[in-house]
Amino acid sequence: MRLEIKDMEFGYANVTILKDVAMELAESEVLGLVGPNGAGKSTLIRCIDRIISPQKGSILVDGVDIKTMSSTARAKKIGYVPQGVAQAFPTTVFDTVLMGRRPHFGWWSRKEDNEKVLDMLELLNLEQFAMRGINELSGGQQQKVFIARALTQEADILLLDEPVSALDIRHQLEVLNVIRSVVKESGISVMISIHDLNLASRFTDRLLLMYNGTVFATGQSSSVLTHENIKQVYGVEANVSTHGGRNYIAPDKPVGEK
Amino acid sequence: MSMSSETGTKVRLGRKKVEESYNKFIRKKIRYIILFFVIVLVIAGIAVVLGCFPLSVSEVYSIILHGLSTETLGDESVWILRMPRIILALLVGFGLAAAGTMMQGVLKNPLASPFTLGIAAGAAFGASLALFLAEGAVVSEYLLVGCAFFFALIPTFVIMLLTHFRRATPETMVLAGIGMLYLFGAFQGLVQFISSPTTVQAAVIFGVGTLARASWAQVIPAGIVIICFIPLLMWKAWDVNILDAGDEAAESMGVNTARTRVIVMVITTILTAGLVCFTGPIGFIGLITPHICRMFLGGDNRFLIPVAGFFGAALLLGADTVARTVIAPESIPVGIVVSLIAGPLFLIMLLSKKGGYL
Repeated sequence: MRLEIKDMEFGYANVTILKDVAMELAESEVLGLVGPNGAGKSTLIRCIDRIISPQKGSILVDGVDIKTMSSTARAKKIGYVPQGVAQAFPTTVFDTVLMGRRPHFGWWSRKEDNEKVLDMLELLNLEQFAMRGINELSGGQQQKVFIARALTQEADILLLDEPVSALDIRHQLEVLNVIRSVVKESGISVMISIHDLNLASRFTDRLLLMYNGTVFATGQSSSVLTHENIKQVYGVEANVSTHGGRNYIAPDKPVGEK
Repeated sequence: MSMSSETGTKVRLGRKKVEESYNKFIRKKIRYIILFFVIVLVIAGIAVVLGCFPLSVSEVYSIILHGLSTETLGDESVWILRMPRIILALLVGFGLAAAGTMMQGVLKNPLASPFTLGIAAGAAFGASLALFLAEGAVVSEYLLVGCAFFFALIPTFVIMLLTHFRRATPETMVLAGIGMLYLFGAFQGLVQFISSPTTVQAAVIFGVGTLARASWAQVIPAGIVIICFIPLLMWKAWDVNILDAGDEAAESMGVNTARTRVIVMVITTILTAGLVCFTGPIGFIGLITPHICRMFLGGDNRFLIPVAGFFGAALLLGADTVARTVIAPESIPVGIVVSLIAGPLFLIMLLSKKGGYL
């Protein structure tokens, strides 16, 4: 297992956000993190990258507890793209992607660091934007730049927090396709939180459904996205259909309404 | 349909071409460093010739070439009056601009500067207090500089103390700094209220910033401050670039955001305090120079520190040369001239710039 979490618990002062969380992430796996707002998806992701520290439990990356790793060592194992961030000052796309090399060079990029940036720009089809300011790009292109930045870290695990929720359907598909193809090519493992259940079902290998800070269900979309689960977790009556072994959802109405 | 035709005609730049344009981009920035260094030398070369004591260009340069001496009035005018004042202007201009650059970077706030954080207000209060304590008598240089330096450190010390109990987010730090700014403003008002009119005038001159008291005794410590702290800022420049990607992203790339913020705050504070204690707060340089330079250079702090530094040095020296020549033998406090030059320049640049910055 690339990532293994056991009995994790996290809370602020006297509010528990996550409890008894246990999960695994295999090599070359894309795990979709779904669940209603406030279920703890972002908190779980932030715990894994030690942006915040859980009070209980262990998080093992390739069998090593991340608590014992230095921040640079951790950055070589885990890449993370947080939800929308505004930059205060102008930076070019090239320089932004180069930042991902932070764990690999100290102050001045070497030839090989620049090569890695070029690789990623090529892979994500961003070459034509290389010297443009990141603030001049559309939301979808920006998201690709941030993913490129996380990929140049050359971490084995990539954590993506809602990478497509602000994008139109074409860019959603583009970004998710890019992630799939990177996983196929380089064998990294990806954990991606995603609101759109149909996109989650279509683009991931496995789903983890969270509810009230716990793992409610995990497995293939056919076993996770059931009528009963959607009703219980989201409080929504939905029609579930199956396509190529994956479940898709057409929401109908909130539970209890006519 | 329009979508597919757009992607079809999109020019795909080759890898080589991207690499080439990036290298060109870096070389351009290095050329800016050299350009502004040359501009500084030229302005210094002109400034040393100007002054109330009548000396021709060749006389001035032969005095300089003959080395430090105070035999004639001409020697004294060049070596004791002009040179320390010019060098102090360069050091203070460089240091304040570099400090402002990194403060804005570390606090992710375009309005941050050594002045928004109360450092200058602390120095101004310290000077007022020293002048008040010496009331009537000539104030000792040590008392004035010492008080200004000491009180300039206090706001950052208080901010650091606060962030010990709360997480050191940029917003908390800026707000705490503004709180200190007003607090020291009030203290200063209080001291001035009970001071005599002559003391108040001296305090006001220090408050807007002046290089009129420049001497070698100030140049040497100011030079030491620059030599010690500018390299430290350069060392942190790359991590501060990454901070701009957001704290969580920066953490994920292995940057300890809280520690970086504290280190840079402490360095910039000592740097600023070590300069403004001699001259008074020359407010505008630290705020505006980084912005002007970002407009043509971009946000990379590794290049911005030297370019903004040289720009700040040129601006302060140019302004001071104007300040001491227009109504010679009197001189206007340089802080006023800086604002008069840089304010309109900044507004014009804001109006004329293309591209989405600010």
